[in-house]
Amino acid sequence: MNDASRKTNPPAAPNELTITVNGEATALPRAVSIRGVLEHLGLAEGKVAVERNREIVPRSQFDEMFVENGDALEIVRFVGGG
Amino acid sequence: MADGLINAQADDDPFIVAGRTFTSRLIVGTGKYRDYAENAAAAEAAGAEIVTVAVRRVNLSNPNEPMLVDYLKPHRFTFLPNTSGCFTGEDAVRTLRLAREAGGWSLVKLEVLSDPETLYPDMVETLRALEMLVADGFEVMVYCSDDPVMARRLERAGAAAIMPLGAPIGSGLGVQNPLNIRLIAEQARVPVLVDAGVGTASDAALAMELGCDGVLCNTAIAEAANPLMMARAMKHAVQAGRDAFRAGRMPQRTYGTASSPREGVIRPDGNMPNSNN
Repeated sequence: MNDASRKTNPPAAPNELTITVNGEATALPRAVSIRGVLEHLGLAEGKVAVERNREIVPRSQFDEMFVENGDALEIVRFVGGG
Repeated sequence: MADGLINAQADDDPFIVAGRTFTSRLIVGTGKYRDYAENAAAAEAAGAEIVTVAVRRVNLSNPNEPMLVDYLKPHRFTFLPNTSGCFTGEDAVRTLRLAREAGGWSLVKLEVLSDPETLYPDMVETLRALEMLVADGFEVMVYCSDDPVMARRLERAGAAAIMPLGAPIGSGLGVQNPLNIRLIAEQARVPVLVDAGVGTASDAALAMELGCDGVLCNTAIAEAANPLMMARAMKHAVQAGRDAFRAGRMPQRTYGTASSPREGVIRPDGNMPNSNN
């Protein structure tokens, strides 16, 4: 959608990939699904929503969608607000 | 008869927004509370059925931090995700698409702020964002200025509810422009709620007496010394104001009008003296 906000892909070690989660570089030991990323981060999947490269990832695709090196994820939840 | 009147509010005066029916006309925010437990207790004390929530990044350094949904249960309250922190239509659409995925519903609160000092809404951007959200299938309750002309534009653009500010967000100054709030409430064919500025119960009652369909407040409850008691006060104020509006108030007069009979007083002529005497 908005290429200006995309980060350039960082170099990855063999079998390892680096993605950006909520603006922070995050190393993953291998290619994993969205659900795998949530598990890696210790997040309960029932309480969050995920955007990958500015596209919503429907909950139904958490298992089948795999992240790629350089992906930018946003993971959000509801907090108190007026 | 008396019972019927007492129960009339719940039975024959439902609050309907975007086709959903509610009993309570008080929407409460979930910000600024000491913790989510107090927040949940206040929402219960307010009798609220709808609570506003914000959408924020998860805290990656503490994935086990307390979650709002653990205290304010989505099956108990209708969540109204807001767009706080959004300054453009694109930001608002992006945020609410995430909220829709997290919650699975499409009823949302749009607020596009501009000036950080007053937190006044940017109405040009708000209208643009509303059009984008309506096109994307959202049902949008719109935080807005108290301009009746802009309120009409929002309604024409498909707003599910018009939510003018009574005073700046978090100011607690009450309804500063009752004339405009009344005009907006009179002309609108969608619900009108005063959102922002309510400081205490009488502010909420006044908003309802002006003809508003509901009130949204957060800080007035959260920052009260006793939030639970203020939540209860707000509930009663909204109900009282609604009843007063529906009852049709007496005309206002410049001079006194006696409530007791003027005749038969214990005087030689049996009459009260005229004002000329």
